[in-house]
Amino acid sequence: MKQTPLYQAHVDAGGKMVDFGGWEMPLNYSSQIEEHHQVRTDAGMFDVSHMTTVDFKGTDAKVFLQTLIANDVAKLTTSGKALYSCMLNENGGVVDDLIVYYLSDEDYRMVINAGTTEKDIAWINAKAEDFDVTVEPKFDLAMIAVQGPNARAKVFEAMPGVEEVAGELKPFNAASLGGLFIARTGYTGEDGFEIMLPEKSAEFTWKMLLEAGVKPCGLGARDTLRLEAGMSLYGSEMNDEVSPLEAALTWTVDLNNEDRRFIGRDALEALKGNGVKKTIVGLVLDGKGVIRDHQKVVTSLGDGEVTSGSFSPTMGKAIALASVPMGVTGSCEIEMRNKLVSAKIVKPPFVRNGKVLV
Amino acid sequence: MSEVRDDRQYTETHEWILDNGDGTFTMGVTDHAQALLGDMVFVEVPSVGDEASHEDEFCVVESVKAASGVYAPADLEVIEANEALDDEPELVNSSCYDDGWLVKFKADNIEDLMSAEDYAETLD
Repeated sequence: MKQTPLYQAHVDAGGKMVDFGGWEMPLNYSSQIEEHHQVRTDAGMFDVSHMTTVDFKGTDAKVFLQTLIANDVAKLTTSGKALYSCMLNENGGVVDDLIVYYLSDEDYRMVINAGTTEKDIAWINAKAEDFDVTVEPKFDLAMIAVQGPNARAKVFEAMPGVEEVAGELKPFNAASLGGLFIARTGYTGEDGFEIMLPEKSAEFTWKMLLEAGVKPCGLGARDTLRLEAGMSLYGSEMNDEVSPLEAALTWTVDLNNEDRRFIGRDALEALKGNGVKKTIVGLVLDGKGVIRDHQKVVTSLGDGEVTSGSFSPTMGKAIALASVPMGVTGSCEIEMRNKLVSAKIVKPPFVRNGKVLV
Repeated sequence: MSEVRDDRQYTETHEWILDNGDGTFTMGVTDHAQALLGDMVFVEVPSVGDEASHEDEFCVVESVKAASGVYAPADLEVIEANEALDDEPELVNSSCYDDGWLVKFKADNIEDLMSAEDYAETLD
C-alpha cells in the first residue's frame, strides 16, 4: 500500500490506519466526533497528500483547459484564483471533480482526487495530444488541509513568513512562498487553508502545526464535515455515469460561451433538451438511527437512493445526500434496516461556518 | 489491546454477559466491539418486560461508521434497560463493561458462552 510522507506522524499520533483506495491513511486518531467538533470550533488538520497536483504549462494551457473541463477557466484572470469544476466524458458523465488554480494564461495548477489519479492522467494525456501544453503530475508534493475558525491564525503562528503572503488571501484564492503553495480552500465548510509543500518539509510542518494547537483529524471526520457542508464526493454523488446536471452541480457547468465546445457539452445539451430526471438533495432524519449509503429512498415521484449517509455531529441527527427524482420536495421515506422511516428533504449545505442552516 | 474481564463470559458476536447470581444477567458489548465500531451515536434497547428468543436481534448499537445488532444469548425476559444510553450513547465507548451496559434480563439457562480466556484467544 502507498504511504504519504506523514505516515509515521500518523502512527506516532495513534492514527487508526486503513486502506483508502490503495493508500494507508488515518481513519481517526481517537474519537472521530471530537475531531469533527475540533474543526467546527477551533482548528484541525488533515493529511491529504494522497490527492494529486497536476501542473499545465504552455501556450495552449488555457484553451486546453477550456476544452477539458465543464467550468470555464476564462473566468480566472487574477493569479492564484481557484475554480471548482467537473471533467466530463463524451457522454456527460463525470471523470472527476477538481479544483484548478490560475497562475497565468500559460500556467495552471489542478488538484484531482486520489482514487481517480491514474484514470485522470491517462484521460488528460490522451486529450492533450493536439495541444501545445505539458501535463505534469507533481507526485513529490505533500498536502495538508488546516481547517476551522482558528485555522488561519494557527497556520500563521506555526509557519513563519506565511502571513505576509497569505494574510490577505480571499476565499478560493492561493499564493506561493518558495516551494509552498497556500490556498484558502477546503472540504469542511469552515475557513482555512490547503497547503501544498515539498514532501521533505511535510513532517516538520505537521509538527509545527501540532505545536500551535492544530489537532490531527482523520478521514472519518473529513467525511462527516464535507457531508454537513453539502459537498459532493466523487464516486458517491457523481461518477462516470452521472452528469453534473443530475448531481446538483449545474452551477459548475458554464454554457455561456457557445463557441466553447468542451468535452461532454453536446451530451449535456441533449440531456437538458430532454429534461433532467434526477438530482441530489439533502435529507434530515428526525428519529433515531443513522442513514447509510445506498439505502432506498421512497418519494411521491418515485424511488431514489442515498448517495452519502452518516451522522451529523453538529446537528446530533442523521443526515444524507440522496439522488431523487427531479422536483421532489417536502418529505420522503428511507428504507432503514427493513423499516420505512420519514425524513425531511432540505437544500444543502446543512452546516457552514459552525452554524446549522437547515 | 482490548480489555477482557475475568468476572464474566462472552459470545462469539462480541457481547459480554455477567451472571448476577440471582437468575438475572447483565449484558453489554465488549471493548473489542466498541473499538471496532467507533463513536456510538444511538443505542436502541428493548423495553422492560420484552421477551426475546435465543439469537434474536434485540438491541442495536449504532456508531458513525456502522449499525450492529446485539443478539439474545438465550430465551430471555428483559428486566431493566440502560436508559442513560438514550442521552449518552458514548458510555458504550468510554465504559463498555460498567456504565455502558445495555440490558439486564432473566433467563433459565445460557449455553455456549466463552470464558474470558477463550474469548481473549479469539481476538489474537
